[in-house]
Amino acid sequence: MGCLGAGGGRVVDSLMGLAPGRASGLGVAVNQTGPIPLDAKFTCQPGELLALVGPSGSGKTTLLRTIAGLYRPQSGQVVCAGDVWFDAERKHSLSPQNRQVGIVFQDYALFPHLTALENIQLPLRHLPQPQRRDQAEHWLAKVRLQGLGKRYPNALSGGQQQRVALARALARDPKVLLLDEPFSAVDQVTRRRLQRELALLRQQIEIPIVLVTHDLEEATALADQICVLHNGVSLQQAAPETLFRRPASPLIARLLDRHNLFEGVVVDVKGQLRLQWGETHLEVAEGLINLSQGETVAWYLPPSDIVLHRRDRPSYGERENPLAATVEELVVLGGITSVSLRVNHGDMLRFDIATHAARRNQLTRGAVVNVSLLAKGIHLLPGHQVRADAHDKRK
Amino acid sequence: MDWSALSVSLRLAGFTCLMLIPIAIWLGRALAYARFRGKGLCEALIALPLVLPPTVLGFYLLLSFGRDAPVGSFWAEITGSGLNFTFSGILIASLIANLPFAVQPIQRAFEHVPHNLREAAWCSGLSPWQTLLRIELPLVWPGIMSAAALTFAHTLGEFGVILMVGGAIDGETRTLAIAIYDRVQAFDEQGAAQMSALLLLVSFITLGLVYGLSGRRRWARG
Repeated sequence: MGCLGAGGGRVVDSLMGLAPGRASGLGVAVNQTGPIPLDAKFTCQPGELLALVGPSGSGKTTLLRTIAGLYRPQSGQVVCAGDVWFDAERKHSLSPQNRQVGIVFQDYALFPHLTALENIQLPLRHLPQPQRRDQAEHWLAKVRLQGLGKRYPNALSGGQQQRVALARALARDPKVLLLDEPFSAVDQVTRRRLQRELALLRQQIEIPIVLVTHDLEEATALADQICVLHNGVSLQQAAPETLFRRPASPLIARLLDRHNLFEGVVVDVKGQLRLQWGETHLEVAEGLINLSQGETVAWYLPPSDIVLHRRDRPSYGERENPLAATVEELVVLGGITSVSLRVNHGDMLRFDIATHAARRNQLTRGAVVNVSLLAKGIHLLPGHQVRADAHDKRK
Repeated sequence: MDWSALSVSLRLAGFTCLMLIPIAIWLGRALAYARFRGKGLCEALIALPLVLPPTVLGFYLLLSFGRDAPVGSFWAEITGSGLNFTFSGILIASLIANLPFAVQPIQRAFEHVPHNLREAAWCSGLSPWQTLLRIELPLVWPGIMSAAALTFAHTLGEFGVILMVGGAIDGETRTLAIAIYDRVQAFDEQGAAQMSALLLLVSFITLGLVYGLSGRRRWARG
């Protein structure tokens, strides 16, 4: 999927169109100038987990609340499971009660005066009492809290509270599951375990799941699709792998904490188009052909496509775009070492390698090493500029 | 012992509580949730009886309850009788004088209910009414209890406003607090002492009962 830019207008049909034959997914398109500026558009298929990522204040939670019916933007549409939940143009908006969403709030919002079981029973009031209890017990077991049903929320740990909140959200038999930073209030160990459990639970529910998070690692680990938001604008929606290898703009790359953003000039070397970067002429696998000679173009290289040459024997891809660079900075973070290399003309290449590999290659500050930039990894961003204040250059 | 004064006092306190608490729940909730221009003015107006000398409040009520004033003439039109020097009159005066005692604890309690609990209730399919009954009221219950206790006890002890508006008509507007004053004026110290002790006891039992009850919530501990 490409860049989702200025949305607005009538998009219900196009949202439905994004899921041909599978109208049961979730489609959201909102647009407003204030009080919270929004211009976002994204879709999520049943069984798929979409992560909304972006810095704080980027409108993630507002979008989640829009889906739930807790916030009404000035214009836009929300469709889910073939139903139109919100259409500003037709002044149509279902109440939160009628949308059938399951939502886990950031602080869980458990009812403090009800026990865990009663919390889960609340969305089941359409069932007769004995059945209600059975269902609640069933969900309690599903989130592995058997025997804790009689506890009040204040007698549960953070992780247990989160599970009760998840069970309560799922007990409603929702058409979409919304998770607002559900792992932010627990410790690292609990977070890992809860993430694992969510990944397992996911396999049993065939509804769209929208996860709001500012944790990129979490989004990458859990999501099928990531939508990047900035100041209320949805910049790009794609699978994590695509997003990290092919960000649609330098801004997206920066929001995803990607480095290695540079500018080059398209040149002709012996009849072949090359990207001139400093003194190096880089071979690029795709995209150069569409550009004209002499054009300055921004480009990005995923850190995984920087290959450090071994001293003792040849490395894979050694002959592709080889260049020499000076080790500027080595930061050991446990098993991973973050390496910054200064290339002759001043730009910095950044990538991570295993700490033992750094040792084996005798990487030290000031050492000159050879690296290859894999041609297929070079991602051209025509029409964009790498901002002059990009922190790659400052460091 | 002036039993009719005790009866007037208890009836006045009981009716004031019964009528004022629902109003205070509505007002307190609205003030806790709403953001509007002039909210501070509203709150100041409600708090006014706290700082105003009771005689001043009583004086203005006396004026507005007169048959030639809008409130008094309206009342006379629908009931056929006046407000000054009647039980209805002191009841209305008591409702106004007790407004801050009832509204403020309830408003504080609603302000402490996290906003997203209501949203979680809506997303669980509860209508706004069900949310009020099943989520909000149980959570603000201690606030409602202290509002009721304060209102009840304060009404029992109210003197100035009642005297201004109601005078001291036996069995109609003479409350226990006024009866005590009358006894002292008549040099009946023993009668005044008995009634004072009774008022002290009733007030203490009311407050003790309410604070004792509102403290017994298992989920709020820890």
